[in-house]
Amino acid sequence: MTQLPLPAPPSGAAAEPRLTATPTPGRRTGALGRLWAAYRRERAGLAGLTVLVLIAAAALAAPLLTGGRSALSVVDAPGLPLSPPSWRFPLGTDPYGRSELALLAWGARVSLAVGLLATVLCVAIGTALGVLAGHLGGRTASVVMRVTDWFLVMPTLVLAIALTAVLSHSLATVVLAIAVTSWPRTARLVRAQTLAVEGRPYLERARALGAGHLHLTARHILPAVAPLVLAQSTLTVAGAILTESTLDFLGLGDPSSVSWGGMLQDARQAGAVSAGQWWTVLPPGLAIAVVALGFTLCGRAVEAALDPRRAGGEAR
Amino acid sequence: MTDDLRPGAHGTDEQRRGNLSRTSGQVPARRVRALAARLWRGLAGELVRRLAGAAVSLFAVCVTGFFLFRVLPGDPVRTMTRGAPLDGPALAQLRHQFGLDRPLPAQFGSYLARLAHGDLGLSYQYRQPVAELIAAHLWPTVLLVGTSTLIAAALGLRLGVRCGGRPGGLADRLHTGAALALWSVPTFWLGLLLIGALAVGVGPLPGLFPTGGMDSGTDWGPGAAGGFAGVLDTANHMVLPCATLVAVGYAQFLLVMRSSLVEERTAEHLLTARATGLTERQVLHRHAVPNALLPTVTLVCVNLGEVVAGSILVETVFSWPGLGSLFYEALRVPDLPLIQGLFLVFAASVILANLLADLAYPLLDPRVRRPARAEDAPAEVAPAEVAAAGGPGAAARVPELAGGTDR
Repeated sequence: MTQLPLPAPPSGAAAEPRLTATPTPGRRTGALGRLWAAYRRERAGLAGLTVLVLIAAAALAAPLLTGGRSALSVVDAPGLPLSPPSWRFPLGTDPYGRSELALLAWGARVSLAVGLLATVLCVAIGTALGVLAGHLGGRTASVVMRVTDWFLVMPTLVLAIALTAVLSHSLATVVLAIAVTSWPRTARLVRAQTLAVEGRPYLERARALGAGHLHLTARHILPAVAPLVLAQSTLTVAGAILTESTLDFLGLGDPSSVSWGGMLQDARQAGAVSAGQWWTVLPPGLAIAVVALGFTLCGRAVEAALDPRRAGGEAR
Repeated sequence: MTDDLRPGAHGTDEQRRGNLSRTSGQVPARRVRALAARLWRGLAGELVRRLAGAAVSLFAVCVTGFFLFRVLPGDPVRTMTRGAPLDGPALAQLRHQFGLDRPLPAQFGSYLARLAHGDLGLSYQYRQPVAELIAAHLWPTVLLVGTSTLIAAALGLRLGVRCGGRPGGLADRLHTGAALALWSVPTFWLGLLLIGALAVGVGPLPGLFPTGGMDSGTDWGPGAAGGFAGVLDTANHMVLPCATLVAVGYAQFLLVMRSSLVEERTAEHLLTARATGLTERQVLHRHAVPNALLPTVTLVCVNLGEVVAGSILVETVFSWPGLGSLFYEALRVPDLPLIQGLFLVFAASVILANLLADLAYPLLDPRVRRPARAEDAPAEVAPAEVAAAGGPGAAARVPELAGGTDR
């Protein structure tokens, strides 16, 4: 299930054409509608979603807003290095003389792209192995879970740093490092949920009717696991974006692309912190925090919306 | 413990056969003892199982450590001698000195053998044994991480009890919101901000705290000033890095405490406690909090290992002379043996912390002490999972979610 973990749950049947092939197409779109209705009651989640949509729009429109890639050129930068905010550069310039605002917009592309791609990869690995372990059981399960446990005890950041240090510095490496270090959580969660679903009578019925493993997992287990995966993956994006900025800050990211973590590293190395040049330090970090918080709020809201006990209106 | 239990358990069987009709008061006591003996055997088995698991993990980490760093493209000897023009024979000699001219399997064999003796190799950069370097930088990290974890746990748990006691209240919304926001902040950025605001000073305000290093002396390690003044000096230098780690770390304690307290609030034994006439506050603190504390104990342990690694950023930003800055410096070169040694130390600390959590859990929670059945019990999933998810309670909800998704 490599569904993009975009936080907006589709509200109509048109958004999920794949499901129309199921015998009762209305049932699951109805469930999605109910999820969206429950999600809408979470004010913090809606706020997070709004902020994320705005930032995603800015990231997509970055070339239009900043006048193309020339805004990123170090050689013929438009302004003087480290000049304070002005009309021409609303957030000042960086140590190379580039507009901080333009860099922020371009950095959003890297952060969001790496965060989402790493999450998709992580969720794909985690879900596949989790369902495999939960559904097949036996020796397969114990082997898979042993590998998972082993990855789980590896210190995430250290392993990611080590991976980016030994592989070439590129965006793909960062994505890979984050995905490889964060899939075990998803795998454990998915396995637990699969085990919970395995005992259900409808699976027994399907088996009695001659359903194979493929049919069981694709038609019954994955749909039952999907909501949990959605909540978990939204939370994973926040972590992935934080890790990405950390790696960039340590100088392990792609040196040719502009990222928020890299902007902070540039500012630190230029001595902007002790010189009090706040415009090079505040905005990138704030941007990382806002995006990470946005995804965290969305994830929690999805989680809360899925919680059956919330239906009665008990406070969080 | 086994020694005084076994005779008791043995006697129980004999006496039970003969004296079934005796006063009923003694039988439960003996049964309890027999149960305790069985439990102890179960625990011992569990202990062995956990220890073996940790040993396997450690070995796996060692293997990963070796192969991960042999994939590195580039020639370490070239990096080492950058700027110093050396001819072929000298390079070959260096290669031979570091054992880089031998085939991989041979290198792996000697690596394992030396590792067993605590020999982590020679640092390219410092030309010192890696083990010595790590030992020299260990204490600053332990001091920083230990202090900040204690403060973060105390603060997070306290606030978590306040939030979980009245979920949805004003205090809950404020504290949860603040904790989530701080949790989303990148550690290094918060450190930079604190340096900018409190060490450098803003506008007319002077800087309040020193930064850079562990003391005002120029050397690493125990500072120029000895005794009480030296302690104060170090404490003064520790304020900002510690504050950074606490600010980023207390959120997960708060969130886990809060969510497990919210789960606990609906438990039936609380109804009984209320019926006996205890005030809501007493019910919360005597009956709900102790149970809710359990997942957090695991979190503290697991977190300890994770924070050791997480301190890389804080130490880098504040030039704290611990393992983290050592790692950062090693990355710049890159100093392969040193990175590898630190990787092993960081991973081992996480494994040890996890082991500690696994062992502490059954001691604290009688409900987990049931032998076997570990595979599918939610209790097995929960501690590791809650810790892994870092808080927001996704795992804690798994059983409940299971009931809700296939309506």
